This record gives sequence, C-alpha cells and structure tokens, in this order.
Amino acid sequence: MKVPFSYVFRNLWARKWTTALTAGGMGLVVFVFAAVLMLDAGLNKTMVGTGSFDNVVMIRKGAETEIQSGLSRDQASLIESLENIARDARGVPMISKESVVLISMQKKGQNRGSNIVTRGLSSMGLTLRPQAKIIAGRMFKEGSSEVIVGRNVNEQFDGAEIGQALRFAGRDWIIVGVFDAQKSAFDSEVWGDVQQLMQAFRRVVYSSVIAKLSSSDKFDVVAQTVEDDIRLALQSKREQLFYEDQSRSLSTFISFLGLMLSFIFSTGAMIGAAITMYSAVASRTGEIGTLRALGFRRPSILVAFLTESLLLSLVGGLAGLFFATFLQAITISTLNGQTFSQLAFGFVLTPKIVVQTLVFTLIMGFIGGFLPAVKAARMKIVDSLRAA
Amino acid sequence: MYFFKLIFKNIFRAKLRAALTLLALVIAVLAFGFLQTVVGAFYAGSSGASASRMVTRNAISLASSMPIYYRERIRSVDGIKAVTISNWFGGIYKDRSNFFPQFAVDHTNFFDLYPDFILPPAQLLAFQRDRQGAVVGRKLAEQYGWKLGDTVPIQGTIYPGTWQFHIQGIFDGKEEATATRQFYFHYDFINEELKKKAPRRADQVGIFIVDVNDPSRVADVAKALDAEFKNSLAETLTESEKAFQLGFIAQSETIVDAIRAVSFVVIVIIMAIVANTMAMTARERLSEYATLKALGFSPWFVAMLVFGETMMLCVIGAAIGILFTFPLAAGVAKSPAGAFFPIFKVSQDTVVLQIACALVVGIIAAIAPAIRSARVKIVDGLRHIG
Repeated sequence: MKVPFSYVFRNLWARKWTTALTAGGMGLVVFVFAAVLMLDAGLNKTMVGTGSFDNVVMIRKGAETEIQSGLSRDQASLIESLENIARDARGVPMISKESVVLISMQKKGQNRGSNIVTRGLSSMGLTLRPQAKIIAGRMFKEGSSEVIVGRNVNEQFDGAEIGQALRFAGRDWIIVGVFDAQKSAFDSEVWGDVQQLMQAFRRVVYSSVIAKLSSSDKFDVVAQTVEDDIRLALQSKREQLFYEDQSRSLSTFISFLGLMLSFIFSTGAMIGAAITMYSAVASRTGEIGTLRALGFRRPSILVAFLTESLLLSLVGGLAGLFFATFLQAITISTLNGQTFSQLAFGFVLTPKIVVQTLVFTLIMGFIGGFLPAVKAARMKIVDSLRAA
Repeated sequence: MYFFKLIFKNIFRAKLRAALTLLALVIAVLAFGFLQTVVGAFYAGSSGASASRMVTRNAISLASSMPIYYRERIRSVDGIKAVTISNWFGGIYKDRSNFFPQFAVDHTNFFDLYPDFILPPAQLLAFQRDRQGAVVGRKLAEQYGWKLGDTVPIQGTIYPGTWQFHIQGIFDGKEEATATRQFYFHYDFINEELKKKAPRRADQVGIFIVDVNDPSRVADVAKALDAEFKNSLAETLTESEKAFQLGFIAQSETIVDAIRAVSFVVIVIIMAIVANTMAMTARERLSEYATLKALGFSPWFVAMLVFGETMMLCVIGAAIGILFTFPLAAGVAKSPAGAFFPIFKVSQDTVVLQIACALVVGIIAAIAPAIRSARVKIVDGLRHIG
C-alpha cells in the first residue's frame, strides 16, 4: 500500500522554514546551472545566426579571423570569375569584398576602450546579409564618410547615437543609421563603405571575400577550386561554420566553467537536502513506527521519503528556473578572445534547457534523499515506536 | 573552558549532520577561494607592471599598427629614457590548444627595460647574436620540455608561414609573481622576411614600450608623446603599463564580474544550509535549553551556546577549506586550463576573504536560532518534543 501523497506534501508544509531554506539553496544552484546553459545557448544562437549557410567566407590561408587575413585586389577579382557563384538579376556576381578593422570605443559607464569590429562593405555585402535591417536613420551613402552601427553598439557604447561621429584614421565618420541583425554578431559591428575605409587606412588589401553559392550543394566544388588555385592561397568556409568556429573558445570556456560550478554547487545543495531529510527522518521516528504498525511496508516508506526529497528539490528547481527566465531580458557584451573584439549575446531559454535543468534538480533531490529514506525504511517497528 | 568543551561536544552529538554540514562548508569555502583566485589571475598581469614603463599603441585599437620610424620620434620626446618594440605574433605551436603569448621584440634593448626577467648575460648575448634566436620563460620551457639549443617551429596566423626559432635563453622571474610563460624573439627576423614577402606590411610595430626618467611625470610625458603624433595617420595612445593591462581585463569585465558574483552566490547557498542545520539543531534541543534556564543559566548564556556552536562549526569548516585551496590552485596552475593565466596563485586577500565569509555565514546563520533559544519559556521548552 502506498503512503498517501498528501502525507508527503503536508510534512514539507509543516516545516515551512526548513523547506524554504533547503529549497532556496537548491533554487540558487539551479539558477546558476540554468544561467550557464542559457548563456551558452545564447552565444551559439548568435554565432549560428550570423552566418548564412549558402555564403562562403574566404580568408588567407593560415589566418583564423578576418582581422588576421589579407587578400589583394587581384585575388578578389579572380574569385569573381569563379563558376558556381550566384549572380543577381543584372548578372553581377554576388560577391562582397570586405575590409575589417578594429576600433576602440567606450562601453557606457566604463572609461576604457573595447574593440569593435568595423566592417567596410559594398551594397552587395548588404544584399548577402538579408537579416540586417535599418531600424533608425538611413543607410550610409557609398563614397562618403558615413557609417551605420549595429543595435548593440548603439545601445551599449558611448558616442554611438545617430548624428554623432566616430573619429578614426584621421577622419570623422558620421553615424547616419542603426541596424538590427536579429541578435547576430553583426549587431556588435560598425558598417561603412569599403572603398572609403580602405582609403582612410591606406590599405590595399581586403580582409575577406564573401560569396553566395549558386546552389547550396556547390560548396565542395568551390572550396576545391579555391584550394587548388595557387594564385589564391585562400581557405574557404561556409559563413555559418566560420562564425561558429570563431566563438568556440568562448563557448568552451563558458561550458567548462559552468559545469565545474554546477558540480561544486550541486554537491553543496545535495548535502543540504540530505541534512534536512535526515533530520526529518530523525524527528519522525515515532511516526514512521506508527506507519509501519498500520501496515505500510518498507518500500512504501522508502518511496514516501524519497518523494518528499524529490518534491523539495522540485520546488527549488522550479523557483530557480522561474527566476532564470528573467535573464532573457539581459544582453551581455564581452571580449571574444579569438577575434579580439566585443561580442554581444543574450541568455536563451530552450525547451531542452528546461528539461536538462529539471532532470538535474531531480537528480539532486534523489541523491540527497536516498540515504535518509533508506534509513527510514530500515527502522524496526518496535524500536521506532519506543523511541517516540 | 567548560563552555568551549560543551560547544564542541554539542557539535559532534549528531555526528552525521555535523560531518555533512562541515563538508558543505569546506566545499563552499574551497569554491569561493578558487573562484577568487581565478578572478585574481585575470588581474595578475597588471600587478607586475612597473610604474616607470608606459605603453604606446595606435589610438584606433590594439589591432592597428604604427610605422617603425615612430621610435626615433618617441625617443626625442622630453623625459624618455628608452624605447623598445613589442609585436604580438599570435602563432600556433603544433596545436591551437598550446596557447602561450609570443612577441617579436627589439633584441638590442628589450631585456634592459625588463629587469624583472632574469637572464644570464651569456644567454642574452647568444640570443642577440642569433637572428632566429628566442628567449622563453622558465614555466613555458618546463611545460614543453625545451632546452637551450632546441629548435621550435611556430606557425604564423598573422604572419603567414612556419617560423623556426632557436631557444637561446631561458629567463626566470625576479619575483614569484612574475609571469614566465612568454616567448620572445627578434623583431628584425620577422620584419626582414616580411620585406621580402609582403613589403607593405613590413616596418610596422604593434606597441612601443617606453621607459621614462621620472616615474612621477608619467602622465605629462604620455601627453607630450601623443601630441607629437596628433593628426597623423596613426595617432597614438600612451598609458602606463598597468592601465594598458587593465584595459585588457576591462574588455572581458563581464565574465570576470560574473565569476565574482557567482563566488558570492556559493556563500549565500552555504548560508542557507548552515542556517537550516542550526535551526534544526536548536529546535531539537529546546527542552535542553529550557532545562539549562531552569537550572539558573541566563538567556544570554543559552544564546551564546547556539552562537558559539555555529561559529565553531564555521571556523573548522573554513580552516579545512582554506587548507585545501592551496593544493587545488597548485594543481590547476599545472593543468592546461592554468596555461591561460600567467600566474595562478592563492593570494593573501583571498584567504582573508574566505575567513571573513565564514564568519559572516556563522553570524547570520546563528541569529534566528540563538534568539529563539534564548527567548524560549522554560515551561514551553520542557513541554516541547524534538
């Protein structure tokens, strides 16, 4: 016969403070656990969302980022003549030759500079990034010292409002618009006319070339052609993978740190649960004896106490998860060591994370409550009745 | 004395519970100390910075360079003792995971500006004479088992190709806190090769390190230096070495802040656990406390009994936790994860903070149960059952 669920529930309710403290501790652990998973998911979403699957990024062999790369105008023209590159309605190859520099801007409330990617591109570059839309002001004019800033740059950095000017490379660059790139890495960039930027920096080489494939399955063909052409000495990657690779270290760092923290914290929370459950068992010795005398069997007692522990952890887990959902409103901007520039990303709660968190919670409750439950189940009727 | 004995006996009356609470405390203090050490490691580079050294970089950002002829013009600025070059190389040794900082430096005077690196004169001379020579820090040499005379290939990412370097010197830190995980080689070696392969990229320098005569005039000299290059193609930004290092950390500040915040969260968690333990303990002993009061002990005494027990528990837990922090940090410093940081060591501040946190946890956790025990009416307490 099963011990009624109401018995389990009321026991938790009867010792409100202890329940609240234990569940609170577990809730905090769950909060941290969920926060880390959400941050990693947010980073991943940002990076995957940055690239388009049908675009190919080409940079110099050996370089890992656009900043390190360089390719000459000749090389860029060679790519234009490649087969299997898409052409627009007018027959122009869909290729964007881009120049990337880092400029230093101050985060709001900070007096030190952080590196921001400044990308020079042409109108074709904008066509290749359909996710980027102007949300305020207007597009920069080609051939002028005008720039547009990504949403995060606009929100998180000083001097990034429309009408203000960024000063670098001996010129004032007027901000004429703000664009939103749907929470991708482009939101942390400043965009301007590629020819103007290169002139200002006295550059003769591009940083990268982005090309759209005529059809998705042609990637291998194009990559091989580029690889084989010794005049090019370039490497190509699908844009999506390119950006995903760029945040790999940061992602590893976040998950490593998160896993370690969760492990340490959960050990603490499990001990907390065990202490509470042991005490619950000890103070209810007489009750347990009575239950057994009434005919409840050992397994039923075990299940009852285990359920109590699971319920306790579930309360904490749900509370932790509830507060973690509010994190979704936050966007953080930090240094991506691989690109040496700022990257903004948020916390994203996915159904998978909800399941992972709840499973984690129940495991904590199970481990914390198992030994006390066994102790309760093994009590002898006579002894426990006498103890009361 | 009997008071302490009573407290001590009280703690270990419920052995399992005491052991579990202590374990939780140890883990929390250990985790807190570890996280604080991680935060400290981020700042480690800046603490070794000299007061008289300044760093001049391109004002646009660190990723932009400056022409090499700036060196002569910097040298002519009043108040400057010496100028040297340092260029981030960012190469890969065998595999991407083997990360360590590499710099192309001016072999003639770089080590003069850094007396913190101790290099035998014979090795310095050998390094200066060999164009492909390299000088590495002791920790780095030990990590990869490099000896004098070894050839080390490094694959360039910013500078294409594979570059061969000969280890000509291994330096030690003057102080224990000096970072010795760097790899230095001739700027000229890289520059000459660039002149052949990519002439437009040659004669460019990442940062100039400037030594001033009078450390108290650093700010004025920096201003005068930057004024020299105002309105040029590559305007400069000069700041003290410490400010330069802190600038790096500021870029990852969000992460550092998050780690710091989390280290305090673990303390809050443990506070909940200890408070819970003490609340349960006090509740179970209400009849005992009532007995004590009936015997004539004051409520104050009873409160101190609960308070003392909590504090004792916390102090023991903290002591064990602190004791374990040192081997843990030493272990991490040796692991690949520790390679990201120049120094990974438990600081005195961390230990002080650990103790402070344990005491705060003890005080807060004891308040409610101590008050409750002190206030209990003798009659109620005696009637109370566990």
